Amino acid sequence: MIEGIFTLTILGLSLGLFLGLAARYLKVGADPIVEDISAMLPGSNCGQCGFAGCGQAAEAVANGSATLDLCPPGGKSLIESLAKRLGVDWDFSNTTASVPTVAYVQEATCIGCARCFKACPTDAIVGAPKQIHAVINSACNGCRLCVDVCPTECLQMVEVQTTLENWRWHKPQPAMQQTPLAQAA
Amino acid sequence: MAGYPIRGGVHPDERKLTREITIMRVPTPRRLYLPLKQHIGAPAKPCRVPGEIIHKGALLARSQGNVSAHIHAPCSGHVEDIVHWPAPHPSGLPTKVMVVVNDGKEICEDVSVPVNPFYLRPEVIAERVGLSGIVGLGGATFPAAVKLTLGQSHKTPILIINGCECEPYLTCDDRLMQERTHDVLDGVRILSQALAGPETIIAIEANKPDAIRLMEEAASHYGNIRVMAVPTRYPMGSEKQLIEFVTGRQVPVGKLSADIGVMLHNIATAYAVNRAVREGKPLTSRIVTVSGGAVQRPGNYEVPVGMLISDLLEFCGLKEEPARLIMGGPMMGQAIPHARIPVTKGCNGVLAMSAAEVARRVEHPCIRCASCVDACPIGLSPLTMSAFLKNDKLDAAVDIGLRDCILCGSCSFACPSGIPLAHYFNYGKGELISRAQQQQKDDEIKRLIQDRQVRMERLEKEREEAMARRKAEIAARKAAQAEKEKAAEGGADKAAEAEKAVA
Repeated sequence: MIEGIFTLTILGLSLGLFLGLAARYLKVGADPIVEDISAMLPGSNCGQCGFAGCGQAAEAVANGSATLDLCPPGGKSLIESLAKRLGVDWDFSNTTASVPTVAYVQEATCIGCARCFKACPTDAIVGAPKQIHAVINSACNGCRLCVDVCPTECLQMVEVQTTLENWRWHKPQPAMQQTPLAQAA
Repeated sequence: MAGYPIRGGVHPDERKLTREITIMRVPTPRRLYLPLKQHIGAPAKPCRVPGEIIHKGALLARSQGNVSAHIHAPCSGHVEDIVHWPAPHPSGLPTKVMVVVNDGKEICEDVSVPVNPFYLRPEVIAERVGLSGIVGLGGATFPAAVKLTLGQSHKTPILIINGCECEPYLTCDDRLMQERTHDVLDGVRILSQALAGPETIIAIEANKPDAIRLMEEAASHYGNIRVMAVPTRYPMGSEKQLIEFVTGRQVPVGKLSADIGVMLHNIATAYAVNRAVREGKPLTSRIVTVSGGAVQRPGNYEVPVGMLISDLLEFCGLKEEPARLIMGGPMMGQAIPHARIPVTKGCNGVLAMSAAEVARRVEHPCIRCASCVDACPIGLSPLTMSAFLKNDKLDAAVDIGLRDCILCGSCSFACPSGIPLAHYFNYGKGELISRAQQQQKDDEIKRLIQDRQVRMERLEKEREEAMARRKAEIAARKAAQAEKEKAAEGGADKAAEAEKAVA
């Protein structure tokens, strides 16, 4: 019986050692693309893309089951950097231009319930219980998490105002419209 | 004298209608609208409240941050309000503006002036220039004091004074050099003193023979100052082109001219520096060329900063409703949407174009004639860059030099197909800035999210610790209670025993 116990112990130890070493040296790392993509995504886990969080969204983008324009807070610059990382061409002409938005508190209906600033992942809402809250525009990425928790619907998403700081020249529109020959005839 | 050859450039029709007309002062209107941001950098911070009485030359808004400039009152009167008002910008979006009501009394602020500005140390000159709110008056509006300090911290053996005025229509620098030659030259000497006496070259385009002759006469007394006639070619007055022509050196990408030991100031800046350092007068007015086919009395006018263009055009008279209003020159100036916009420190021209002058060109397809390549002073390929930008290939355009484009508009001028090339590059550069801003915001938001996560974890841990502590406290209290009770019981037993013993 002693021999049996001895054999099995040796067997167990050596196999355990082998598995342990294999786990260390033959490790298959996580897909580096997924890591890169999750570093590009905002990380606020707002769920507007339909996934539970930015990690799942990154996996979906990496295996091709989601399109590049899935993230509204990321905007155009995110699409560009994703397209560059994945080495694909993205045609902006068929993307519906999503206007960047920020949250806005309507003072008249805010009851100071303090739910929104607990929900805000970027600490963009300031306030205290029973005081009117306010949004710091520069810290808001438009994730809409606060809109869902507001009991009085006083939190709304508004378009970012065009000011002298963010005004840009529009793209020149070609003046001549070439009518296709078939239509002209 | 010959300079070093530079490439590209175009020869637009000069149309210097106001070349022979002497500078005239415009009466200060009832209200002046002074934008708080008339320069590159941070906007000035108001230091007067509405209703406050002010004298001419009083400080209205203080510079804040490293790159900024003071703003002074161009008249005596009172501050009416600080409002949002259309900015001197193609979009006409509102900016913060201080409204000053003129009482017409022209009561001046007391100033202290040096006995001789040439005894002043360079730092003191730079300080005085800064206190007078002087910015680059050629149109770039970079605060002059910051530039001087930069030149003092680097070794600057060459100072170039830019009197090229290569834009069509504009003649304000030409007239200034002819009429106030000695004041301008004094300013040049003060600037040269501020940089510890570098070799000073006053560059004037060859199409201004009178100005060249007068400046040469005036400069002949000073050893380190000489006048150089440069060929008439647009964009000779651009900083990088002029430096290359005069010194043969190119300003590297992403560097400043101070890094290669050259400093460039405009003629009008030199004049303003003279007034500031010698007479202690802040920059509150400037010479503006009012021209264009729609203007009845075109000319060069000394205009108080903050005067509305509509007031100025009313003073000069309009022959017809202008088809287009331009602030600055026709090549690099900015088209403004309406005339209710104030004249700022950097505004060297106001052009009211008649309909005949702005014949709109129809855009045709590119025929790949490469006229734009020949015209580009930087040596870029505008036709390729615009084709990339048209197809949203911003990165490809950046790779072939979009960042180096100076937006001079030579390519658009040279294009026989009427393609708005400079507009494409404006658009591309705007996209680059938006992208950088978006990237900055994304990074900031990521930092905020991480900070919040760290904080939340810390709070959770602290709560758990507090809970554990409270549990421990309660347990300890209970234990103490039990001990006490035990002791009390023990005591009672002892007492009973003692009683028994006594009994």
